[in-house]
Amino acid sequence: MTAPTRSSPGRTWRRPPALIKSPAWRIVIYGCAAVYLAAAMGSVELDWARISQGLERGARFAEGFLTPNFTTRSRDIWQGMVESITMTVTASVVGILISVPIGIGAARNIAPFPIHSLCRGVIAISRAFQEIVIAIVFVAMFGFGPFAGFLTLSFATIGFISKLLADDIEEVDEAQAEAIRSTGAGWWQIVNYAIQPQVMPRLIGLSLYRVDINFRESSVIGIVGAGGIGATLNTSMERYDYDTAGAIIILIIVFVMLAEYSSSHIRRWAQ
Amino acid sequence: MLTVQSLEKRYKTGDRALTGVSFRVPRGQVVGLIGPSGAGKSSLIRCINRLIEPTGGKIMLNDTDLTRLNGAALRKARRRIGMIFQEYALVERLTVMENVLSGRLGYVSFWRSFFRRFPQTDVDKAFGLIDHVGLSDHVDKRADALSGGQRQRVGIARALEQDPELLLVDEPTASLDPKTSRQIMRLICEVCRERELPAIINIHDVVLAQMFVDRIIGLRAGAVVFDGPPADLSSDALTQIYGEEDWAAMRKEKEADAKDAADADAFETERLERMAEPA
Repeated sequence: MTAPTRSSPGRTWRRPPALIKSPAWRIVIYGCAAVYLAAAMGSVELDWARISQGLERGARFAEGFLTPNFTTRSRDIWQGMVESITMTVTASVVGILISVPIGIGAARNIAPFPIHSLCRGVIAISRAFQEIVIAIVFVAMFGFGPFAGFLTLSFATIGFISKLLADDIEEVDEAQAEAIRSTGAGWWQIVNYAIQPQVMPRLIGLSLYRVDINFRESSVIGIVGAGGIGATLNTSMERYDYDTAGAIIILIIVFVMLAEYSSSHIRRWAQ
Repeated sequence: MLTVQSLEKRYKTGDRALTGVSFRVPRGQVVGLIGPSGAGKSSLIRCINRLIEPTGGKIMLNDTDLTRLNGAALRKARRRIGMIFQEYALVERLTVMENVLSGRLGYVSFWRSFFRRFPQTDVDKAFGLIDHVGLSDHVDKRADALSGGQRQRVGIARALEQDPELLLVDEPTASLDPKTSRQIMRLICEVCRERELPAIINIHDVVLAQMFVDRIIGLRAGAVVFDGPPADLSSDALTQIYGEEDWAAMRKEKEADAKDAADADAFETERLERMAEPA
């Protein structure tokens, strides 16, 4: 038997504090944060004159976008676009080809410990650096141009695909691998028959996604000298040639949208 | 013939899964391995094909000591032992034919298997087995497009494609309905008798085991507590295997299951009759 429910009038209730239990600490921490924020804001040097100048320049950008000029610099644009696409395709293919063995080696459930640590190390190094940082290093090493961009994107692709492929392999259904192992299959046969079918759709999806990212990155790393459409964009901005810049940005947007749209289609088909 | 001699398995956590298990299975005998969950049934059959490593004892398959093998020799021994799994363990994205042919992986080189260029005799055998289990219309269907009973038939065909000298079967009916369970058990026992294949079947369903197997081994806490023909499985013996309360509960559950199955069958017949009626 349970007691009948009784109403108890006059009992107050307040939601318990979520983050910091002690009221004293709460005042100290929030107070410090507010003081720092105020001081930091003060040090930024708000300069209304510069802001209005900037807005004026922004208006000229916008004007440029509204009157994009594809023709005057069409050769430069065309060359930059071809470079970017070449960089994207070659770097994606090379990067993915290198990523697959590294990803397999980095999966704890199928690779022996020393190989696993080595591959995870390679992945960690590749993921530690942002593309721009790598691009600066490669441009310094191999000079301006798309070769540095190709190396940058390949290197970044390895970290991305290997990591996600390895994680996916670690999550495969072990029962399927056990069944193939029990037939007397060797290690490569287990990878080919039990692992590959399970991770292939995801590998295809990731690869297409990476092609997408590589194209976008190719327009960014051009700014630090690694060739491609980014270099053309940077040059036109330096020449105050906003009409051409507008044309380039429109082209980049169109290409990224095309890549995104087609890759989502292919991914659905590969399920 | 399979001989298991004082087999021991102790896990790293210290759990003793098997303690001195010994028995012998002659040609063509189908053995049902029963016992409560955690009794070591799964560990026992996985020790035999070394999917897990036994910590002591000896396992002889004809003249080979399975516990001493490593590397290529172990793979050569594994291909002589067919295994059928609880959740079918088919490779879901491969076709029925590829799943069946994967039973030959221990016999062919990597490149042959990579390009799916299996020897003609293997392909002939696979077609024969797919026919035998009644799936000839589904050869190129992906395994994930099949029903539970059909998948288990593919599992059986894959195991037989190995030309095994021993069949290990891990809870073949745990994910199937009662009627399909009986069909699958019948199929497994038939092929074993046809090929004089010794088999060990892990099975939690005592009544189903009694219906089909030649001999029952009862396992409790990693030790054999019953070994004899199904007819000798008295309620005393069952109490010894499962403990007092569990066995009574199981029998009650079994009766409920049987009633459900009968109800389902009746419903199905009635529905078919109604569908046959003109609208």
